[in-house]
Amino acid sequence: MTLQREKRDYSWGMVVDVDKCTGCQACVLACQAENNVPLNLQDRFERARAMQWIRVERYWEGEFPDIKARFIPIMCQHCENAPCEPVCPVFATYHNNEGLNVQVYNRCVGTRYCANGCPYIVRFFNYWEPVWPEAFRNHLNPDVTVRSRGIMEKCSFCVQRIRRGVRNAERDGRKVQDGEIQTACTQACPTDALVFGNFNDKDSRVSKMKDDDRHYTLLPHLATDPNVVYLAQIDTDRSAGSSHG
Amino acid sequence: MQQRRTIDQIHTNRVLLNGQLDTPKWWAPTVITLGIIVAIGFFLIGIMVNKGLGVTGLSRPVYWGLFITTFVFWVGISHAGIMISAILRLSQAEWRRPVTRAAELLTVFSLLTALMFPLMHAGRPWRIIYYIVPYDFARGIMPNVRSPLIWDPVAISTYLTGSTLFLYIALLPDLGNLRDRTTGWQKAFYTILALGWRGNPRQWKLQTVGGILLSALMLPIFVSVHSIVSWDFAVTPAVEGWHSTIFAPYFVIGAVHSGVSAVVTMMALMRWLWKWEDFIRPEHFDALARLLIVVATGWLAFTFLELIFAVYGLDAPEIELRDMQIFQWPWNLLFVVFVFTGYIIPVGMWLQKSVRNNIALMFWSSLFVNIGMWLERFMIIVPGLARKTPFVYTWEAYRPSGLEWFILFWSLAWVTFLMLLFSRFFPLVPLFEQKESQTFGDSIKIGRARVPAIVREAD
Repeated sequence: MTLQREKRDYSWGMVVDVDKCTGCQACVLACQAENNVPLNLQDRFERARAMQWIRVERYWEGEFPDIKARFIPIMCQHCENAPCEPVCPVFATYHNNEGLNVQVYNRCVGTRYCANGCPYIVRFFNYWEPVWPEAFRNHLNPDVTVRSRGIMEKCSFCVQRIRRGVRNAERDGRKVQDGEIQTACTQACPTDALVFGNFNDKDSRVSKMKDDDRHYTLLPHLATDPNVVYLAQIDTDRSAGSSHG
Repeated sequence: MQQRRTIDQIHTNRVLLNGQLDTPKWWAPTVITLGIIVAIGFFLIGIMVNKGLGVTGLSRPVYWGLFITTFVFWVGISHAGIMISAILRLSQAEWRRPVTRAAELLTVFSLLTALMFPLMHAGRPWRIIYYIVPYDFARGIMPNVRSPLIWDPVAISTYLTGSTLFLYIALLPDLGNLRDRTTGWQKAFYTILALGWRGNPRQWKLQTVGGILLSALMLPIFVSVHSIVSWDFAVTPAVEGWHSTIFAPYFVIGAVHSGVSAVVTMMALMRWLWKWEDFIRPEHFDALARLLIVVATGWLAFTFLELIFAVYGLDAPEIELRDMQIFQWPWNLLFVVFVFTGYIIPVGMWLQKSVRNNIALMFWSSLFVNIGMWLERFMIIVPGLARKTPFVYTWEAYRPSGLEWFILFWSLAWVTFLMLLFSRFFPLVPLFEQKESQTFGDSIKIGRARVPAIVREAD
């Protein structure tokens, strides 16, 4: 069984300050490069099969000219109570003892049941064998498995970076320092809207941020208990539509 | 209601064994044509396994589509067998007798077909064996028993095993009959299968007890199989249209609706193709149509309850889903076709006695039901996924590819092919059941009174 949050050495999580997000998509690109996500060509978008482990959703509020664009980055929420986990018949997705919802590619048989179970629609199926242009051959990240066709994949919180960070810390006989491990998206975010860290460390940035008055989680009525906490957008100009984060 | 007809045993043997001893002329060309369609279907499935599921029209978040619909459809059809041969047997409905075997056969073949759909629908079907059979104890990775996808193969394989045994036990007396009427390799074939059936009282008693026991043991399956199939959907809180507590009884009664209708379709075909007018009578159609009116109306109640629950909650995503299902093109067309073919046209027809006794009209009305019931599953599975959460950013549509449509029709051809192949070697109407019902109906005159010639032994 999975350990309770408090009993873990590390409980990884992320805080997303929606107020700071400009919708620049740097996180999407960084994630794509870090995690060997196949290229999303035009037909992938047209067939609704594009893979973006993190996506920036854009919503329009109000009517022109009083119109606002709202952005919200959405990635796997690494739910403590993940609806994708119990439905997998082969334990290809399960919760590990660091609060991560992990995907074991070798076990996956591709029933896509986890994707149906996920309310955040952040799980992706490899409909085809991924192909990269010849020029990209040597650009793949050697730390990350290239997924074959017929299996699910999703945001792993850059588990390869977490493993390296924890390994280095264990070698030195200490715990991982706050800010020592960065996921690709947090590293790339120019406005610092994405912050990654250990919720079990009371002094970490994410622990301090997650209790902000603006905090909320996505689809809380489903009781999934996500490890990604959002901070609501503050609307200084109330004239354009109503503000509800 | 049921006229009493006397058919002597020689006539019964001659007519009901015509499929084996005197194969009709249409049989070979039909089986060859179906065989070609089946071969093309297997070839396409091979292409799909080889190239990947990109050849389907599935997308994100519509990860399940036509294949899962067809899987649920065939599991639904399979409820024919248990309804006719277990429930009607235990309730001693005499009119069930000529159709028991065909219904049970339909169960076995439709379950076999249903099982193939989740297999071919998986991303890596060659690894599915890992979860159906517990494997690799050394690493301690057992299948996840919390997943409905584990319950599914368990329920379906239990049903398949029970039905196959049931079918075989009911086949034994007829196999003995065929063994005595054939020569050469056929005689050897039937001799092995008949397991030394001689028709002595002890064998009859065992055969009857075995049949009744299997009927009773399979009764829980009547509830469990389609409940479990419905839980594939009902356990996912993320999908608005799926996460519903009425799904289990709703699916079960829908399955009976489509399964019994499929039996009606098959009875009409049997009557026409093998000219069994003496055995499959209008009164059988009449009885089934009366049963179907009740089942269909119960099913309709669930259909509307589901919609009422949705509207009552005033949950925005759910309202949006129902709006799409009922009012948005092309779903509105499908919805109208579904309501008319699933209930209004067939039940409207069955309320007329003249229709209930008209074989051609019963054939068409029962076909309508299954068109409607297939659409019902499609309308539950796909719109639910297409509008599954409030994230309007990822609302998508689904257009099945040509390959998916062909594999749907392949499954129809495949079941028909298997049934026809079976009909060449085994009688589709149980001879012994037919003779038994004749004997039960016999009466003798004692003085002025007529009394039954046989008293049914208390079970």
